[in-house]
Amino acid sequence: MHRFANPTRFLRLANAVLPWLGGLTAILFGVGLYQALVISPADYQQGETVRIMYVHVPAAWAALAGYASLAIASFTFLVWRHPLADLAARAASPIGAGFTAIALVTGALWGQPMWGTWWVWDARLTSVLILFFLYLGHMALVNAFDDSDRGGRAGAVLALVGVVNLPIIKFSVDWWNTLHQPASVLRMGGPKIAGEMMTPLMMMAGAYFALFGVLMILRIRSLLAARRLRQLRLAVQEI
Amino acid sequence: MGGYAAYIWPSYGFTALVLVALLISAWRTMRVRESEVERLRGLGADPRRRDGTSKDAV
Repeated sequence: MHRFANPTRFLRLANAVLPWLGGLTAILFGVGLYQALVISPADYQQGETVRIMYVHVPAAWAALAGYASLAIASFTFLVWRHPLADLAARAASPIGAGFTAIALVTGALWGQPMWGTWWVWDARLTSVLILFFLYLGHMALVNAFDDSDRGGRAGAVLALVGVVNLPIIKFSVDWWNTLHQPASVLRMGGPKIAGEMMTPLMMMAGAYFALFGVLMILRIRSLLAARRLRQLRLAVQEI
Repeated sequence: MGGYAAYIWPSYGFTALVLVALLISAWRTMRVRESEVERLRGLGADPRRRDGTSKDAV
């Protein structure tokens, strides 16, 4: 853990990984989109709308995983005070908000033809909307203080309190009545989804997660540069 | 698209819009800030290079 707290070492590693991760992202999106739009069969119940699943479900997974990384980074920052963990948390929340927005909008576009409604205030949809607001709240809070360290700590506390929402999202479809279908992949007893739909889904999920990694590297580099700029501007004033 | 094109394409379109926007904004912010860091270091602002030289000077 301590080894990556050093920005120089982090940058060296991140920059070595970046081209490979970028290439992997492009390949996975290319193959995934082709499989999702061309190869995948229509569902026997949902017809062609099942194609929305390939952008909707991985976005929801990435939204949840993004929040988990935000929470881990926040915890690391609060407990061990690693400055890089603060930057990772700041980098994660706008990306997570983007994935959550995709899950919400494509969910509405899938709900209208299949359920007959864009939106319903049930446990699954509402808890994901709360996830979106938690991300927005974190983005606002970390920048709300003149002292960046105080902002980071306030944001970290918010992120950790919001962790309670993750199991609620995951199990909302089992605990409460909902229009949303229960889990078909990450469930007890193994996946319950046809192989020709599983492959494109996994390709797209891989593409989303690879892109998540690329965005994290770019945004952390950006935040490191911003921190460096503040030091340099102070030094310029002294000259 | 079995009569559902009006729902499927906007889903893919919105997804592409958000992901491309995230990528472009992250990339551009990083480039702008890193080149500003290089410019200030060229001015000799870097405390680690008090002599004002920079190997990255244009």
